Amino acid sequence: MELVKYLKSADLKSWLQELARENRVFAPRNEGDSVIFAPFDPEQEIAIVHPATLPPKKTVFPQSEKLVDFTYSKDPENLSRIMIDGKEVLPEGTAVVFGGRPCDVRGFTMFDRVYLAEKSTDIYYQARRENTTFITLACEKPETTCFCHWVDSGPTDATGSDVLATVVDGGYVLEALSDKGSKLLTSTLLENGESRKDEARKAHEKAAELLQDAPDLSGAPKKVLQVFDTMEFWEEAAAKCLSCGACAYLCPSCYCFNITDETIGMKGTRIRSWDNCMSAQFTMEASGHNPRPTKAHRLRNRVGHKFSYYPDIHDGVISCCGCGRCIKSCPVGTDIREIVLQAIEYEPAVGEEQADEQ
Amino acid sequence: MNNKNLYLPEMATINEVIEETANIMTFRVILNNPDAMENFSFEPGQVGQLSSFGTGEATFVINSPPTRKEYLQFSVMRAGEVTSKLHSLKPGDQVGVRAPLGNYFPYEDMKGKDILFIGGGIGMAPLRTLLLYMLDNRKDYGKITLLYGARSPVDMAFNYEVSSWLERDDLETHLTIDAEFEGWPHTVGLIPNVLLDIAPSPENCVAVTCGPPIMIKFTLQALEKLGFTDEQIVTTLEKRMKCGVGLCGRCNIGTSYVCMDGPVFTYAQLKELPNEL
Repeated sequence: MELVKYLKSADLKSWLQELARENRVFAPRNEGDSVIFAPFDPEQEIAIVHPATLPPKKTVFPQSEKLVDFTYSKDPENLSRIMIDGKEVLPEGTAVVFGGRPCDVRGFTMFDRVYLAEKSTDIYYQARRENTTFITLACEKPETTCFCHWVDSGPTDATGSDVLATVVDGGYVLEALSDKGSKLLTSTLLENGESRKDEARKAHEKAAELLQDAPDLSGAPKKVLQVFDTMEFWEEAAAKCLSCGACAYLCPSCYCFNITDETIGMKGTRIRSWDNCMSAQFTMEASGHNPRPTKAHRLRNRVGHKFSYYPDIHDGVISCCGCGRCIKSCPVGTDIREIVLQAIEYEPAVGEEQADEQ
Repeated sequence: MNNKNLYLPEMATINEVIEETANIMTFRVILNNPDAMENFSFEPGQVGQLSSFGTGEATFVINSPPTRKEYLQFSVMRAGEVTSKLHSLKPGDQVGVRAPLGNYFPYEDMKGKDILFIGGGIGMAPLRTLLLYMLDNRKDYGKITLLYGARSPVDMAFNYEVSSWLERDDLETHLTIDAEFEGWPHTVGLIPNVLLDIAPSPENCVAVTCGPPIMIKFTLQALEKLGFTDEQIVTTLEKRMKCGVGLCGRCNIGTSYVCMDGPVFTYAQLKELPNEL
């Protein structure tokens, strides 16, 4: 499967245009002050200088998607009787995502463990996941909010990707990592990349050298759970939080959703949309009871899920890719790295430990 | 992996509506697809998502027992949008059913033991399925005691069955209401206090309880006082749920998803989980 190609920068758009003949192609582009993944448009610049503001999460897990279409009809024998027919709406077609970063694409592997599990396979996610090919761009240098190397990843980690693209002088070295990836690398625009492999290797080494030391998070699952009942800890961590949910919406590995119905006339749709665990409504029960009544409770679950519960269920894998978007886009500067480190270093005040055990 | 659509409900027809109390209605539904109805199997304590298309879905226990398969029964207390919509439905109306979901009461492990049911209000619904299952398999279980409480006689669901339960000599039934009510021949008092008065023996007994959080809190204390261990107490939980299959992320208590790992837990299991009920 070792297939390596070289693409001249000048040919990138032409190549994506070729791919767009048979696939929906998504690439990052500027929109206002943000960089988003949008359907590829050759008239627009591809914005790959910095990681995108939003990850390409929606290419596999749309912000909002149809699950079931339903129609009402009157029973001709009994007009007061309304029959309802529900039909599944499964995603169709193939897609290629160009320019996601290793953290962005690795996020889908966090989904995979849950959405593709034997006991409850989500066929909507499965269809898109299988029909989407990721050409991931290796990172050259970390931003201040980047911490992928804290969570068992790194700037050239290709986990979950099908092709790894590395910027070299004059173009990109493209390495196929899966059969799906190999199938994309057949264009005549691509040259044999064997001779440029070393350049890519050197770029990877250089990116790794720029990383600062990473703290050891192996104790996080246990430590985060140990401060579960220490509400002061969570109240302080959540003190600034506005419950806006930007952290969840921008996270490549956040997969919680809501299901709602919309009806117009005799037709309707059951829709799945991204949800936000920082919202008070998220767990609010019809009775008015809320098991996570304050933002401190909700932040506790958010951090707990990523750094304790998920790793406990899934062989120690932390459900955070270290992309840093939750830090960069948080309007009040909440930093999940600090919260996790503080939990790891937390020492109960003298006497508190015994009191907790009673 | 399988190809079953987790979100597509089976369409079903409401066969019968029973007005239990001012805010509780029971729906008996039959799946429209005869094969699906014929092959539908579940265990006592499992839940289902009942949907009214255009409004949404909510989770209810299937409170008819698996031993009686003519229909699936759900008792719905009016509380929010979906339950209000369901309350407007009548026989012949269509609903969606995604079921069965979740785990169930460990009725096999309970064989040969005395069983103590303690139900408060709508909390009686999940107990009903297990109680009827046990009455249908009566010889497998020891002494069965039921303590069922409601705010007042008019808040007591399953009234029409309760009288037949009182008549059975293989079931000891205690009914209680919170405050004096004219013509009420049974006990008056809060469930935990009545429980202490009845004082059932914990010897070879399993207590199964469900009800509002405040009742559960004091009932657990009463059971502890009577000598029940955490392993001898079984309860079933309620949480806001959307998917019902462990994906949407809102019903977890730490690593446990109430929709998949629950809703049935022993008190011992609950104590192992983070305190976030």
